[in-house]
Amino acid sequence: MSAEHGASASARPWEEVGLTSEEYGDIERILGRSPNPVELGLFGLMWSEHCSYKTSKSSLKRLPTRGPRVVQGPGENAGVIDIGDGVAVAFKIESHNHPSFIEPYQGAATGVGGILRDIFAMGARPIAILDSLRFGELDDAKQRWLFGGVVGGIGAYGNCFGCPTVGGEVHFDRSYRGNPLVNAMCVGLVDRGRVFYGRAEGEGNPLILVGSKTGRDGIHGASLLASKEFDERAEERRPAVQVGDPFLEKLLLEACLELLDSGAVVGLNDLGAAGLTSAASEMASRGGYGLEIDLDKVPRRETGMTPYELMLSESQERMLLVARAGREDEVRRVFAKWDLDAAVIGRVTAGGRLRVLENGRVVADVPAAALAKDAPVYERPEAEPAYLKETRAFNPATLPPVGDPAAVLERLLATPDIADKAWVFEQYDHFILDNTVVRPGSDAAVLRLKGTRRGLAVTTDGNGRYVYLDPRAGAAIAVAEAARNVVCSGAEPLAVTNCLNFGNPERPEVMWQFRRAIEGMTEACQALGTPVTGGNVSFYNETLGENIHPTPVIGLVGALEDVERDQTTQWFKDEGDLVAILGPLGGDPVAGLGGSEYLKVVHGKTAGRPPALDLDLEARVQRACLKAIREGLIRSAHDVSDGGLAVTLAESCFGGPGPAVPIGASVDLPADATAAESSSGPSLRLDALLFGEEQSRVVVSLASAAEGRLKAICEAERVPLAFIGLVGGSDLRILVGRRPVIQRPVAALRTIWKETIPWLMR
Amino acid sequence: MRWAVVVFPGTNCELDCHHVVADVLGQPVEYVWHKDTRLEGFDAVILPGGFSYGDYLRTGAIARFSPIMGAVADFAAAGRPVIGICNGFQILLEAGLLPGALRRNEGLKFRCHDVHLRVENGATAFTNRCRPGQVLRVPIKHGEGNYYADPATIDELERTGRVVLRYATPEGAVTAEANPNGSLNNIAGIVNERGNVFGMMPHPEIAAEAILGMEDGRLIFESIVASVEGRVAHVR
Repeated sequence: MSAEHGASASARPWEEVGLTSEEYGDIERILGRSPNPVELGLFGLMWSEHCSYKTSKSSLKRLPTRGPRVVQGPGENAGVIDIGDGVAVAFKIESHNHPSFIEPYQGAATGVGGILRDIFAMGARPIAILDSLRFGELDDAKQRWLFGGVVGGIGAYGNCFGCPTVGGEVHFDRSYRGNPLVNAMCVGLVDRGRVFYGRAEGEGNPLILVGSKTGRDGIHGASLLASKEFDERAEERRPAVQVGDPFLEKLLLEACLELLDSGAVVGLNDLGAAGLTSAASEMASRGGYGLEIDLDKVPRRETGMTPYELMLSESQERMLLVARAGREDEVRRVFAKWDLDAAVIGRVTAGGRLRVLENGRVVADVPAAALAKDAPVYERPEAEPAYLKETRAFNPATLPPVGDPAAVLERLLATPDIADKAWVFEQYDHFILDNTVVRPGSDAAVLRLKGTRRGLAVTTDGNGRYVYLDPRAGAAIAVAEAARNVVCSGAEPLAVTNCLNFGNPERPEVMWQFRRAIEGMTEACQALGTPVTGGNVSFYNETLGENIHPTPVIGLVGALEDVERDQTTQWFKDEGDLVAILGPLGGDPVAGLGGSEYLKVVHGKTAGRPPALDLDLEARVQRACLKAIREGLIRSAHDVSDGGLAVTLAESCFGGPGPAVPIGASVDLPADATAAESSSGPSLRLDALLFGEEQSRVVVSLASAAEGRLKAICEAERVPLAFIGLVGGSDLRILVGRRPVIQRPVAALRTIWKETIPWLMR
Repeated sequence: MRWAVVVFPGTNCELDCHHVVADVLGQPVEYVWHKDTRLEGFDAVILPGGFSYGDYLRTGAIARFSPIMGAVADFAAAGRPVIGICNGFQILLEAGLLPGALRRNEGLKFRCHDVHLRVENGATAFTNRCRPGQVLRVPIKHGEGNYYADPATIDELERTGRVVLRYATPEGAVTAEANPNGSLNNIAGIVNERGNVFGMMPHPEIAAEAILGMEDGRLIFESIVASVEGRVAHVR
């Protein structure tokens, strides 16, 4: 075959498509011959790390994926859970890290576009977007450019498409400066009985490509962009980044949902990474059928495209569907109404082969399942990273005592990690669809489900520092914190989607981090009853040899029984309400300061061990908190995380976007809590008490009449409970053993917290 | 009364407007596709927000050529109520049914947050359920809501009470700080000379239920009902 049909002939053809010579040998064995350049291109894509999960597959199998509510686990366009009342929720998170580093605006925008299509491929209407973002520190102009571009791109896509962006998180650390993380999650609703799947079934049924025309954009996105680390020449890969058109995607959504209602559709799949190749081979392989594709029928936006380019193009806003034979005109009519192409490009065949034709000539003929499922599985070597010896040796008890706690609190509030993110979420439409009960800024966003009493709480969480210091504990904490956030909002945690952002897996240290993280996530998901229904692995997050902090991001969906009754925010409400802590009071430097924001910001260190997590206690704290919320005892609930108790209290005072207004609080922490049983001896560890990040803690406020009932609930669940003060006044006052350690006007603290990011981005 | 919610390609607030009319007000409402040409049998027309035609070229600039816009103009000429919200407002301006233009926000960023609106004229078909001077809390979500008109037009709008809503502080003070987008005179909503075509940038349809934490937007819809059902006169 001549070069015009694909990769040029070469002595080492596998290299051009990012495969190894061994993998090339496997392909030859599968085909019983050498692949032609088009076929090799297909394998190069589908066997890329990004598409095949060849390195992660064996580890991912350990994750719990079953549960009574799980309708669809990993392996489809998105996971689906049943939340009752005939309603199912489709949800998934995916990374778009590398494209966003090269072209932040379009990279992030198309990340959102891709995850939206995954959701409506299941027949669901997208109702919420969340974004988990990581950048380098904002004192660097390049990072500000990336941050601004990514936020702009997310907003542009979601706002125009018409799906609210209701949550997510943003963190900043040097480890991400050469490789930001852009993880987009989408949640959609579908009738329980009307979930669609990405399957090609029924011999003779037409295969229809709908949406945008196919162009040369994004060729090799999956294989060369997502499955390789970056070097100095990263920017030369800009042509591999796609360009998004959210307007077209909105039309595509409406046309697809309208068509699905007609009953003419057998299966539907998004065209994302690896374009037509991936969608066709996955649909065929899931359905157990083959597909024949006639490339002459593919609507194109430019002339002269080769079969290779047509099969590899990652042009956005396209979907592939299999319709029932004889109903092609119905499909065309619906898409014509929305001014979209719907081209019959092939048909379902028996036998499981993906045959691609051009001008009546077969240009590729391979087993679909070999592409979609039979990539080699690697058990790559692992080795404990050397840096851990040093980080573990650090004992936070050796830190000098905290000088002026109020000044430290102000410094933490002025840290971009902790500072107000309104600069971000005010660029996103978080209201559209009329469901947003709790807006971005509280522990989790809450959405009502029209026509039912129920609601959903959704969040993303992940602390790369913790995972860097101990991947197993850090990943477990990510799950626990996500579940805690959902509980604090009044919901029962139901299921998880994960985005596993790691470095180059060909480095044994990265594999070690990855496997330990999976272990921690598995333990936590089991303990908290939240199965994993899918997600995405993003390896090769490395630039010039520098790996990111390993960052598994957990997206978690929870359900509120009664959204009106149970929806809860983190903000103190009424003068005279009691303030209490569910869970341990804290104060142990070893258990709370390792990997903390305080340690990073004040002492410039990322060291120690992350906070210890007792999953049994965690589950009990969450049960007690949710029970108290459901009984109507709780006015506000906020989990203690970055920045510890002092930051949590300050944030609880700040009031939210919308009606919640700032209000003060006065708390007195028992001095004996700081006489830790740690190696520091009896000395007061004020820093650990105020800024330590010990897990399984929730700050709540409640009317004084509810005190007795809350005590009873906590006793029954064996959850420590301490009443520490009162809501009211205009200052935040924190005393320890009746000695004032922090007193500041809430308005002043709030200004510092609010102005930090706008000032940095001015 | 029957409501029409016009859907252009790229409109995305149609579901929300439909929801408020059908489920909150309990009134009959239908979607009308932009390629339709008739609005017979409807008593009020909503042009909802969104990104008609992707905001390509200029906001509302392509939608004004949609077949339905002829019927919208006739409907307006007959003195019946037409409300354009956000992109719907932009379309009404492009169609010449309201004067002026909406430019990019002063800060050049999309902004999504609550604003406070002072009701400047409580005697219109769209605000008759509000007290004059009442402050409504309703969110904005737009990138191009910076109202502009030439000085003569602004002067006329002001003189004739056609500035209906103005961005203000929670206490009702019209200040520069309360202006989210640079609109001249803090203008958030205006009516035409006859008083039956209304455009506003904030979104009353997402502020119409207690569960969402905002209810003031419902007053706009209820005003239209009161006006159509003849409880108040709306045509000058």
